[in-house]
Amino acid sequence: MAVFNWHQRFIKSFFRFEEGDASPDRYIIFRRKFIILMILVTLVPLSLMAIINYHQYRTSLKNEIIDPMGVLSNKTKHSFELFLEEKLSNVRFIASAYPLKDLADEKTLSRIFRVLKKEFEGFVDLGLIDCDGVQVTYAGPYALRGKDYSQQGWFHEVLVRGVYISDVFMGYRKFPHIAIAVQLMAEGCDGWVLRATIGTEKFDNLIASMGLDPESDAFLINDNGIFQTNTKFYGKVLEKCPFAPPRGNYGTYIAEEIDPMGREVVSVYTHFNQLSYAIVLIKPRSVILKNWFTLQGEMILIFSASVVLIFLVVFKLADVLVKNMREADEKRELAYRELEHSQKLSSIGRLAAGVAHEINNPLAIINEKAGLLKDLVEYQDQSQNKAKFLDLSGSILNSVERCKTITHRLLGFARRMEVQFEILNVNTIILETLGFLEQEYLYRNIDIRLQLAENLPQISSDLGQLQQVFLNILSNAFAAVEDGGKVSIISWDENPDMIGVTIQDNGCGMSEETLKHIFEPFFTTKKGYGTGLGLPITYGIVKKMGGDFKVESKLAEGTKFTVLLAKNPKDIGDKL
Amino acid sequence: MRKPRILLVDDEEEFVKTLAERLQLRDFDVRIATDGEGALDIVEADPPQLVVLDMIMPGMGGLEVLKQIKAMNRRMPVILLTGHGSTAEGIEGMRLGAFDYLMKPINIDDLIKKMEAAAGSK
Repeated sequence: MAVFNWHQRFIKSFFRFEEGDASPDRYIIFRRKFIILMILVTLVPLSLMAIINYHQYRTSLKNEIIDPMGVLSNKTKHSFELFLEEKLSNVRFIASAYPLKDLADEKTLSRIFRVLKKEFEGFVDLGLIDCDGVQVTYAGPYALRGKDYSQQGWFHEVLVRGVYISDVFMGYRKFPHIAIAVQLMAEGCDGWVLRATIGTEKFDNLIASMGLDPESDAFLINDNGIFQTNTKFYGKVLEKCPFAPPRGNYGTYIAEEIDPMGREVVSVYTHFNQLSYAIVLIKPRSVILKNWFTLQGEMILIFSASVVLIFLVVFKLADVLVKNMREADEKRELAYRELEHSQKLSSIGRLAAGVAHEINNPLAIINEKAGLLKDLVEYQDQSQNKAKFLDLSGSILNSVERCKTITHRLLGFARRMEVQFEILNVNTIILETLGFLEQEYLYRNIDIRLQLAENLPQISSDLGQLQQVFLNILSNAFAAVEDGGKVSIISWDENPDMIGVTIQDNGCGMSEETLKHIFEPFFTTKKGYGTGLGLPITYGIVKKMGGDFKVESKLAEGTKFTVLLAKNPKDIGDKL
Repeated sequence: MRKPRILLVDDEEEFVKTLAERLQLRDFDVRIATDGEGALDIVEADPPQLVVLDMIMPGMGGLEVLKQIKAMNRRMPVILLTGHGSTAEGIEGMRLGAFDYLMKPINIDDLIKKMEAAAGSK
């Protein structure tokens, strides 16, 4: 619940505007806030997911590629170990199977060597060394009988450990080979050693059998980082390896480093179990991560496309939302203003009706009493004050007349007569209303021009109210024109729902400032005798009848009132 | 020209009496009634030549009295007085057969003109 409240508070504070803030900026601010929020709630999770996916894919893909490198490296190490073990077994077998006297016999040793060379590949020579370190017999391509090894480290190592496998070294023939030495176990030959030399062509074969791609390299190094095999990129056998292999690590070690050619590479070091060798497998990252780069490209593409799409949708959505909001606000504002206007009219109306009604009856009595006073003085009084009395009572009557004009207008404005609909011909009503004013326009010689549409459709409306509308507009027109002025009345069928009536005069017209206020109650330009209620009443009636009312006017040119009346004011009930 | 015999009907006694006195000063033969029923009694017993009738009265309203007068004598001219300041009410009365209407407070000269016109139209 607390979370919900927090969430609601956040949303409210984010989208709230100050009370009465009607500046156009609020839509821009709302749009900006909306866009920021939407982009935050969509892009943040998307980006997080993309980052997590990126790392997960990268890790798993890397493992998938690097693990096989370790496996391949291990398998090759096994092959090497098997090969060396086999060679060691061969020499051990000879050392165990033949008595010392056979091995010390030059002919027998040569025969054994021939068989060995024939049956097992790689052997270069075979020699027997006595406990003093002197080679007593030798079978092989060199004249090494009598060579003294007593000062060499390996000779002592054999005596301690029983076996010895050397690092690769260049022999007399200048090709790489290794030496395997085994201590003789038979009685009476303590300290005697059988030593064989083996060529390392097999090493190259084993490396080649790894089937590496052209960009990758594999080689054997010893503990001191000396190449034990030739390499493709990094140097020849017995040269110093540019990579620093981890020391004292027995197992598989993976490192990412930069090779001497400047390439980013992944190196797999696999140490031999017994021997001080390590097999090194080097692969450039570009080869390993080739698939990854493809995937990465696709991920970036999808991410970018999603971001663009989100931006497009959010911006479009914000535009539509703001547009709808603005339209709704405008409609609400308009409806509010209309309501305010009609409420203003209605409350003024109630007040006016109260006042006018209460005043009208006493006013009638004052009128009659003052009238009687005047009559009596006029008909019977011969006193010296007669003129004064007549003047005073005339003044009372004039004031009553002025009050009457105001109360009548007020009552007309306030009248809330029930609207009674009947089928009416607007042309007839215009003519009837004109009839009420006949005396005035005849007396003032006003030119009335009628242009009433023949076959004007009948409308459903209230006779009394319509008469009041036309009477008000015509009275205004008559008041505006000079004697001998022109007033034209035109009626027409506007559309299937409306008919129109225009009443135009060539009178004094109105300024723009006056036009702005003409529908406001009590606004009048007829100083002294206008109540300022005629047009508000007219406007109210026309609106109530589901019609519309327009005024166009120019100073000194005249005024044109256009009334549109609904043929069937269906929603009249709502408006009353 | 002989002045017509008139019946003034209005519930406001002060008003109707004063107006009657003013008309009598001008040699009119005036009777008064302060409600609809009284007016109808006079019309029935001693028909005037013209009725001046207030539209708003307690009990029987002016329009109802107008209808009944017209029912008794269709040609009897009736001038309506309306206190509500609305032409529409006057027009409504005219549709029911009233000769004309005046808005209260009235100008006696207007009333006399209309009465003469009504008497002449008879």
